[in-house]
Amino acid sequence: MTSIFDIFKLRAEAVSAEVQRFPHKKAALNFIVDYLKQAGVADSPQAYAVWADCPFLRGINRDQLSERVPGLSFEVTRERAADSKVGISQLDWAMANTGSLIQDAAPVDRRLVSTLPNIHIAIVETSRLLPDMTAVFSKIRPEQTNYISFITGPSRTADIERVLTIGVHGPEKLIIVFVDDMAGVN
Amino acid sequence: MRKEFRDSINTALHNPNLTGALGRFSEAYRTSREKAYEGVDFEAVRTQIAERKGYAASHLDELAERFTQQAEARGAKVFRTDDPAKVREYILELAQQNGVKSVVKSKSMASEEIHLNPYLEKAGIEVRETDLGEWIVQLAKQTPSHMVMPAIHMTKEEVADVFSQEVEVGQTPDIPKLVKFARGKLRTRFLSAGMGVTGANIAVAETGSLVIITNEGNARLVTTLPKIHVAIVGIEKLMSEFADVVPVLTALPRSATAQLLTSYVSIISGPVPNTDGTPKQLHIILMDNRRTEMSQDPKFKQALQCIRCASCLNVCPVFRLVGGHVFGKIYTGGIGTILTAWFDALKSSDEIQGLCIQCGNCTQFCPGKIDIPGLILELRRRIAVEKGQTVAQKAIFSVVNNRRLFHSMLRTASLAQKPLAKDGFIRHLPFFLSDMTEFRSLPAIADVPLRDKFKANTQTAHKEKAAFYSGCLIDFAYPEMGEAVVKILNKAGIEVIFPEGQTCCGAPARFSGAYEVAAQNASDNINALLEQDVEYVISACPTCTVALKHDFISTFESLGQTDSLPGARALAAKVVDFSTLVKKLVDEGRLTFREGQQLGKVTYHDSCHLKRTLNVSQQPRELLTKAGFEISEMYEADMCCGMGGSYSLKLPEISAPILERKLKNIKETGAPLVVMDCPGCVMQIRGGLDKNGAEIKAEHTAQRLAEELE
Repeated sequence: MTSIFDIFKLRAEAVSAEVQRFPHKKAALNFIVDYLKQAGVADSPQAYAVWADCPFLRGINRDQLSERVPGLSFEVTRERAADSKVGISQLDWAMANTGSLIQDAAPVDRRLVSTLPNIHIAIVETSRLLPDMTAVFSKIRPEQTNYISFITGPSRTADIERVLTIGVHGPEKLIIVFVDDMAGVN
Repeated sequence: MRKEFRDSINTALHNPNLTGALGRFSEAYRTSREKAYEGVDFEAVRTQIAERKGYAASHLDELAERFTQQAEARGAKVFRTDDPAKVREYILELAQQNGVKSVVKSKSMASEEIHLNPYLEKAGIEVRETDLGEWIVQLAKQTPSHMVMPAIHMTKEEVADVFSQEVEVGQTPDIPKLVKFARGKLRTRFLSAGMGVTGANIAVAETGSLVIITNEGNARLVTTLPKIHVAIVGIEKLMSEFADVVPVLTALPRSATAQLLTSYVSIISGPVPNTDGTPKQLHIILMDNRRTEMSQDPKFKQALQCIRCASCLNVCPVFRLVGGHVFGKIYTGGIGTILTAWFDALKSSDEIQGLCIQCGNCTQFCPGKIDIPGLILELRRRIAVEKGQTVAQKAIFSVVNNRRLFHSMLRTASLAQKPLAKDGFIRHLPFFLSDMTEFRSLPAIADVPLRDKFKANTQTAHKEKAAFYSGCLIDFAYPEMGEAVVKILNKAGIEVIFPEGQTCCGAPARFSGAYEVAAQNASDNINALLEQDVEYVISACPTCTVALKHDFISTFESLGQTDSLPGARALAAKVVDFSTLVKKLVDEGRLTFREGQQLGKVTYHDSCHLKRTLNVSQQPRELLTKAGFEISEMYEADMCCGMGGSYSLKLPEISAPILERKLKNIKETGAPLVVMDCPGCVMQIRGGLDKNGAEIKAEHTAQRLAEELE
């Protein structure tokens, strides 16, 4: 039987997202750090990385992390985000049948890191994976937040000759990082 | 038809980029759309959408009030107006008060509807479209040619030229590079704009939420970076409950671009903080512009169920040839014709409504369950009432309405055509009539019409009787089709009578908007056919069958002639199309095919009205299979052949390429025979094959089956 995660992965990859899954935070963090380094994140404009405040960062020493990855910042301003290559944020839900991620995006930093940089790393807790839109709509609360975002794959267009082109105004890469166990890491 | 309009059609037809791109797209669309709907019950989803949007259309005022309360309680400013001028003034004033010099927009058809861009630009405010297609079209100083893909009519070379001329010299026709270039150029605009303008796909009354969907991510930037967000929302976007979003969000991406979901969906329910921590100004403009009036019109109310997916454009045999620019206004295609008539003016739809061939293909795909061809017909009727008919139309219909005169004229024509006709075809007509025979031969008018053949008929008397309704084509051009029907029914023990008083079914008049004429035809036929004591009224022409079964009733209803309705309903109950009745007789064992025949390959063409109004498509296929044929399905078997009654005479330049595509699909099956249930399609397809010199035969199902029965 196909698991709900397999369905998500299939759907998300079909729309050009990359899907990773880790048993715990430490492994996920190592992946992210390695990814940032490989992507050429550095302490210079256009090469920065910005990380929006999120539950994943609890228990993680941000100063140490910034030392490990020069150019990585947790202060998300519009200027910094516009000068960043990678943006990182945590999303609230994942929707399997379309390979989508859903987030309360009212805090502006969450939108800045997922719109302006070329690459968006999206963290999501595996237990927050829901089967379909009906399930998602039973969870999201527009009366409690003024901005809810659904993200399905990277930014795309087919406006010139119907040729699919990835990365117009938003990120050209979306890396989805599932974490089974969100506790721990110091 | 004005020369300018005809010219615009011809320009479009002779633009290979346009017809090539649209043609390829419409072919790919059906397959990819179907794939996107895998595992989703489209009928259930669209029933839900039609119900929820239909509810909203009946409660626009109430929903607008509820939405306003909710959104204002959350801190948005809501401005409701029925006047497009007030929308423009509101936005300009807001911009001026806040010192806004530059505006970024994500796609909004409502803003195009009110010509917002030129208005703001005239006041010295710079406006940038940020949807790539919209930006290209804006730079090229054109209008969108498609609701979802605004620049589908342009090649990458043209886009590169536009970028080089209008933005920065030296752009090359490399699509990824062009997209990157747009990203870079527009990024600085996003960051510097003082105001962001969007539309909305849905406005939820229950929560005061706006739902905005995009693929490029521009709406997220437009609603995040500038300090003011203005959303222009046509009030037909209102829906009652938050849960109503689900069916629309299920259908819209699948129907519009064959995606399971667009890259981004934003649900905005109030002001959010700006990047400097101040709260964003959120202004929501609920724009009416005749939508309330539309909701009060019993016919056109359903057009408010549209979710703007443009599938009616994508599956339209005419749109894929001519594209959007011939429609002249911002809303294009089938639904666009209807919206233009309301949001612009009824007279603006005068010419474009004539583009609809009434094939009904769009009705199978519309997620809002809108009867688009039906509404276009209603426009045609209202225009005809407003303008009155032309002298020529009046003359023609006065003949059609006078049964004796009509029939004697056809007989005279049968003699007059003699020099032109050869083996049953007219291949060339002189002078201005030559358009009619340029791309297909026409059938010669029969020497002896069916009605006269009946007089000499020697059928065995049976207790069970059916009245045959021939329709003009079978009566005067193809009596052999009628004879085949008689032969088959006789075999099943049914005697067929031909009520002499029958006349034209009124479809030509109705399709021209001349409902009074159609009503007269209907009354004459009802009298003639109900006079007979018969079990069935059978027709071998689907257009006639639809007229007898459905259109008589709806014509009387439209004209308020309620006295005539009981007769029309009594007739409708007896009417049956050829294949449905014969299938029933075969199933009952009253007709049998010759045993063990292997008749080879045949391909079947679905006639528009048979498939989509009468819902008959399997019956003729099963009958042919039972007779011993092997059905080899053609591509797009249910796509119109381009006949459309008098359409092929009014717009031969469009009818011809539609037929060409059909002939190509027929030929590709390799079958030596194409069968169909409609004499009009036979006329078009047989005439096209003859003109082409193709060896393939085109026949009516009745004629083919009559040969294969025991």
